[in-house]
Amino acid sequence: MKKLVALVVVMSFMLVAGFAGAAEAYDVGLAISTLDNPFFVDLADGAEEAAEELGVNLTVVDAGDDAATQMSSVEDLVIQGMDLIAINPVDGDAIVPAIEEADMMNIPVITVDRGAETDVAVHIASDNVEGGRMAARYMAEMLENQGRVIELEGIPGTSAARERGEGFNEIMDEIEGIEIIARQPADFNRAQGMSVMEDLLEAHENIDAVFAHNDEMALGAIEAIDAAGLTDEIMVVGFDAIGDALTAIEEGTLAATIAQQPHEMGRLTIEMAVQLLDGEEVDEFVPVPLELITQ
Amino acid sequence: MEYASNEQKDKYKEFILQFLDKFKAGIGLLAMVIVMSFLSDRFLTLPNMLNIFRQVSIMGIMAVGMTMVILAQGIDLSVGSILALSGAVTAGMMAGDTSMVLSVLIGLAVGTGLGLFNGLMISKAKLPDFIVTLAMMSIARGLVLVYTGGRPISGFDPAFRTIGGGRVGMVPIPVIIFAVILVIGYLVLNKTTFGRYIYAVGGNQQAARLAGINTDSIKIKVYAISGFLSAVSGVILTSRLNSAQPTAGVAYELDVIAMVVLGGTSLVGGKGTIGGTLIGALIIGVLNNSLNLLGVASFYQEVAKGLVILVAVLLDSLQHRD
Repeated sequence: MKKLVALVVVMSFMLVAGFAGAAEAYDVGLAISTLDNPFFVDLADGAEEAAEELGVNLTVVDAGDDAATQMSSVEDLVIQGMDLIAINPVDGDAIVPAIEEADMMNIPVITVDRGAETDVAVHIASDNVEGGRMAARYMAEMLENQGRVIELEGIPGTSAARERGEGFNEIMDEIEGIEIIARQPADFNRAQGMSVMEDLLEAHENIDAVFAHNDEMALGAIEAIDAAGLTDEIMVVGFDAIGDALTAIEEGTLAATIAQQPHEMGRLTIEMAVQLLDGEEVDEFVPVPLELITQ
Repeated sequence: MEYASNEQKDKYKEFILQFLDKFKAGIGLLAMVIVMSFLSDRFLTLPNMLNIFRQVSIMGIMAVGMTMVILAQGIDLSVGSILALSGAVTAGMMAGDTSMVLSVLIGLAVGTGLGLFNGLMISKAKLPDFIVTLAMMSIARGLVLVYTGGRPISGFDPAFRTIGGGRVGMVPIPVIIFAVILVIGYLVLNKTTFGRYIYAVGGNQQAARLAGINTDSIKIKVYAISGFLSAVSGVILTSRLNSAQPTAGVAYELDVIAMVVLGGTSLVGGKGTIGGTLIGALIIGVLNNSLNLLGVASFYQEVAKGLVILVAVLLDSLQHRD
């Protein structure tokens, strides 16, 4: 009976070893923040698909949203002698020591979706500026280039708020018939979105449309607009395509939202990795296209 | 004649079985190391060995405290939350321009204090250890979120990174701290009266009390030690990540308890060693490292880890049944 301990351990290991692969192509490690979130599962799937097509040996490690676990697994990837490591950081500060270890071994690092507080070879993330432009173009078309618009901004200083606003205003500035009558931060928060919108409804009349930097604020604004009985008058556009927003689009209360494409993000990660390892020139920032979702 | 030789044979058999029993965790670890060194040529290298030791040192330090708690027939579920709170307080103090040394001392004091509180509730208020430390797990985690506002704390004196990230020669500093704590733990358990009393309390609390041992005091002390060592790990982890994470140490109690149990310490108390815990810690460390080196998909890793723990405990329990 007692000899079984060793035996079982060994056997379980051999079983596990069966999953291990071996080849001569590029070895790329991908450290994902959490595979409990469908967004990152799509990202990993996209990466795996591209790795298969391009003949890359891809090792995916999951940190379960724990910065310490992520650090250990990136260290393991470094030891394993990966040619390149792609990281979707749990935390942009906490991942820095792990990236430094990769640097010491001359392993290039790509950050995906979230950035790190240090220099990396390439950063791949959604093109929030282009997303803002898409929202603006759609809104302008629906309003026939004529109308009074409110912008609900995200947490001031965050890259998402800055970039989405930048793209949106770039387009709107050029359209003469459209006037941005108010810009208010509502901190990406639904309750905040509602109360800010309530105030704005008091302060302004004849509002034609609202662009919110994320869906949470858009949904909050919709509540306020609904309470004021103006649902049919005011068009709302959000950002992120969260579940509640898609439902709201089906119900017709939300006009449109901008969806990120995690699958595409995963594909691009591997494509950029291969280009980098082939010695090709790659931009420091690679934007991932977004998608407009309407009814 | 034949009878005698049978007896001889039984003796050998007995000896081998005892040997296997005593060193089964070590044999398991050795088996894993041998198998792994064939499967991956990166495994049995000095950098990777140091890597494994460094990775297990944070939980290993907590496992030393947990060994004492379990030996005294207790359990401490709050270690992960105490780690997070101690780390966050240390980080917060430093971010608020308190000196590094003072910040670390305050962080350690917070952890020790919470452990002390656990011990008092369990011994003086006579509450079940499972419930007290489960409550503390929630309280301390809540306090971390309150204290940090749910956001990581970063940006300290670069010297602070030495604690978790520095090396002496090739050896990472967390490994040195772990080694020192292992030695102290060993000496405390084997060479001091306090250590013998821990075994006595865990072996039979009633008998220990009748023998004149202040069992309450022993219990309070082991929980305070566990809190203190969790705080030490919290400081090291904060230094290693160069930031304090509000979610640090979630579910660490499971891995830490697994290390202790894999090391042969009995969950009913009174039986176990620090050496065993070191082996247990290395088994968890080698397992995590190997699964990453082999590129096993992360979902299978969880399953594999759970199975190894289950098998080890199952074998232990089968053996104690007869």
